[in-house]
Amino acid sequence: MATDTMRQRFYRVASQLLDTNDRLAIVLADIGVGYFDEFNVFDRHPKRAINVGIRENLMVSAAAGMALEGMRPIAHSYTPFLIDRSFEQIKLDFSHQGATGILVSVGASHDWTEGGRTHQSPMDVVLMSTLPDWTIHVPGHPDEVEALLRAAAASDDAVYIRTSEAVNGEAHLEPGVVEIRRGTARAPVMLAIGPMLQPTLDGTAHLDVTVLYTHTPKPLDAESLHRLAGGSDVWIAEPYLEGTTAASVLEALGDRAARVRSIGVKNLELRHYGTRAQHDAAHGIDAAGIRARLA
Amino acid sequence: MNYRDLPRLLELMQGDEKHDANSHSTLDVIWTLYDRVLNVSPATVSDPARDRFLLSKGHGPMAYYAVLAAKGFIPVETLKTFGEYDSPLGHHPDRNLIPGVEIASGSLGHGLPLAIGRTLALNARDQEGARVFVLIGDAELDEGTNHEAIAYAGRTQLERLTAIVIDNESASLGWPGGIASRFALEGWAIQECDGRDHADIERALTTPHPGQPLAVVAHVEPK
Repeated sequence: MATDTMRQRFYRVASQLLDTNDRLAIVLADIGVGYFDEFNVFDRHPKRAINVGIRENLMVSAAAGMALEGMRPIAHSYTPFLIDRSFEQIKLDFSHQGATGILVSVGASHDWTEGGRTHQSPMDVVLMSTLPDWTIHVPGHPDEVEALLRAAAASDDAVYIRTSEAVNGEAHLEPGVVEIRRGTARAPVMLAIGPMLQPTLDGTAHLDVTVLYTHTPKPLDAESLHRLAGGSDVWIAEPYLEGTTAASVLEALGDRAARVRSIGVKNLELRHYGTRAQHDAAHGIDAAGIRARLA
Repeated sequence: MNYRDLPRLLELMQGDEKHDANSHSTLDVIWTLYDRVLNVSPATVSDPARDRFLLSKGHGPMAYYAVLAAKGFIPVETLKTFGEYDSPLGHHPDRNLIPGVEIASGSLGHGLPLAIGRTLALNARDQEGARVFVLIGDAELDEGTNHEAIAYAGRTQLERLTAIVIDNESASLGWPGGIASRFALEGWAIQECDGRDHADIERALTTPHPGQPLAVVAHVEPK
């Protein structure tokens, strides 16, 4: 399991949860079916492992309808199909109904670079942040995916878990905002979100920077951020659209806010393919890009 | 209260005149559902075994509110507050504000997909009773999300589910070949009825349909 990707860990843990939690259901639109098949969920739980075919809007609505009947649904697909394509279903069939469930995405901002824009969504987190009741987790490690998914399954909250191929070297399971490295009193503070922690640590290795971490940009742990970063210049290193987290950070810092700047995926169509490393470099969110912003 | 009380109850609600024709197009079907077909009452709104009625065609909900008041789900006095700031009765219904309302609707094409989810959950629990009825408009049927649901329900034989389509011929581009044939093609049982004739509506809604979901097309006068 140490070699699981976040995606593989999701399928493994969700399959286990189906066995032990009979309120849980998984609703798919073809994507993920093959992976779940390896755990035989469709044979073992034919009424709680649902594939609606390539019908993402129905996938989300059906999950919400199951929630209205007291079940705990997990809806899952590639990020742009789960969130962007079905956003009205999330907004009206979950939030507006007062229904809750778990959404789990794979693909993140640009995990599949050769797939191009149609399979990429840097805007999923900012979209979900416009709905009042959703918790947004952006785990940085498969162990975090497991912990957050188990916690979500045991709760009745509306939860979005955004998995990615980019992974930090270590898991940080603690909730909220935590301190990873403390600089001097005058050091700027960098809040790294999810898988941005690794390039942040690498990019600031020889710089005087305090590094904080969270896997949960919403709701942001304002108390800890205020205590750990209040009064300092703050940089946000976010693996999604640059600027997404700034409003929450400003609000958290409140009267102690100095400058707040964001390092994230740029708002443009990068009509290039290649590798994720090349895209991270193009967006300035790799270690070199982060170091350059601080210079 | 009975059917003859409905006009008086409708008059208590003012302010949504542009949907008058629409609201009355559903009146007889909704009345027949609550008076003769649905196993649900104000006392059983949370009973797992109740029948669920989902108003997907959420605009012009006055007929629905009038029937709910006549059947005791909401106080008659509340009808007078229709559309006011603190009223539970909006121009589209909200399940969080009105007892007995199963879904908040208004954006067309959400009710049938939501009903699919409810049906799947009821099947997962092997819940006795608990039929699911969804009311859709013929113009609402334009929305593509309905067709995802129609295909899925037919393919998976969701016999717990009944869709009622009020056909007042208001779809901009019409339905060449009729509405019922599209459900039939997707494996639904179909019935057609006169949407103003309570006995005919009841007959259509209670026709057995083992192993298939049921679609009832209720024809009313064109808008």
